[in-house]
Amino acid sequence: MPEALSLAAAPPVVATRSGPADILPLRAEGLVFEAGGRRLIDGIDLDVQHGTRTVVLGPNGAGKSLLLRLLHGLIAPTRGQVLWNGRSTDAAILRRQSMVFQKPVLLRRSVASNIAYALKVRRLPRAEREARLADMLALANLKELAGAPARVLSGGEQQRLALARALATGPEILFLDEPTSSLDPASTELIETIVDEAAARGTKIVMVTHDIGQARRLADEVVFVHRGRVAERSAAFRFFQSPVSAPAVDFLSGKLVI
Amino acid sequence: MQDFGAAFALAFHLIATGNADLVEIVLLSLRVSISAVLIAALIGMPLGALLAVARFPGRGALIVLVNALMGLPPVVVGLLVYLMLSNAGPLGVLQLLYTPTAMIIAQALLVTPIVAALTRQVIDDLNREYDEQLRSLGVGWYDAVGTLLWDARASLATALLAGFGRAVAEVGAVIIVGGNINHVTRVMTTAIALETSKGDLALALALGLILILIAVSVNALVMSLRGERLETARA
Repeated sequence: MPEALSLAAAPPVVATRSGPADILPLRAEGLVFEAGGRRLIDGIDLDVQHGTRTVVLGPNGAGKSLLLRLLHGLIAPTRGQVLWNGRSTDAAILRRQSMVFQKPVLLRRSVASNIAYALKVRRLPRAEREARLADMLALANLKELAGAPARVLSGGEQQRLALARALATGPEILFLDEPTSSLDPASTELIETIVDEAAARGTKIVMVTHDIGQARRLADEVVFVHRGRVAERSAAFRFFQSPVSAPAVDFLSGKLVI
Repeated sequence: MQDFGAAFALAFHLIATGNADLVEIVLLSLRVSISAVLIAALIGMPLGALLAVARFPGRGALIVLVNALMGLPPVVVGLLVYLMLSNAGPLGVLQLLYTPTAMIIAQALLVTPIVAALTRQVIDDLNREYDEQLRSLGVGWYDAVGTLLWDARASLATALLAGFGRAVAEVGAVIIVGGNINHVTRVMTTAIALETSKGDLALALALGLILILIAVSVNALVMSLRGERLETARA
């Protein structure tokens, strides 16, 4: 394991849960999302609990990323609702979540400034900001690039920075939308190590992927999405050993699932 | 042709010796146009950012209007400002007609739509990229505009330089509201027009050369800023 990713002796960089009450469990009720006359999310009910790493698996176009955006509150459902421990999404709840996108969106600033920006937005005390910034740069193995413009980093470094920025604010839940889809195996491993570490420190992970191998490596439970619906949901070992739904069986057997 | 050569020689002599009239005209031109661009920046940038980020009824029509105003004929702006500032106009009491202030107002009106329209385009493009990420981070509407303006600073500087180029080169508006009064409101473009009509080609040429030099410098600055931006964006 690379030196910077050996976090055993590091301070608790991924903050523990904070605030007056946990925002989890997350509950989606009857989520429907329609656009352009098409129903892209078709009545999804979902409970997301503390602890486990939830992987949302499915073929391209199944509605996985859309589901993640609906849960995170970036788009509003056509029907249904998302409740955080019984409350609707508001600014305070949004501030206790983070999301990493498939293509990292980095500000036209230095590596360190990208992380500092997120910390400033969340209005953390200055001393705590500096400590967390240093911790995050170490976590993402980006200490030596702290002053470099973020947008000249390699793809893997950019995604590590996006992940470090998302974790810097100490989210209770981290949404990841296929963060390694365009990365090589070495970069993917570094990202997965950071995700593992965040989960170990108590951040709930909800990750979208269509990569079966990645789902096997990271998932505690799998939510299999097909054509805008949850076709199957089960513990990861059970899902991979004996999938129940026909689309999941086909998907795992390598058939082209459309 | 000989006269033309002599005029060129005299023009270079005026520039090289720092002729007092020439310097006064160039400095007034720069003062008027830079002031106008600063005012245009203060109004046009927030307006452009607002049009890019906010959603409200009539936004589309306003964007079309601002874009259309980019092509405002300077003489029309000059005429409108003249009507406002003349003794019979609503602002006649301010006695600003035929002063550098009137010229600044006219050029600011000319440049503001350019700055606003270019800012809107730049911020709109950047907002498409940043929008979800900023909302995910919990950045409020007001802070998002500030972030977008700051991160687009290189492109916005280009917009301001484009506005400056337009202001410093126009003649129609400043000649109407300034009157081309010697030592008071005479700027490079109005002086060139006057000296040419008088047949004093040397001063006109000297001013023309300086104007071209300024235009080239502004373009070089724009290109260097663009180059820097591309360098930064390269991944």
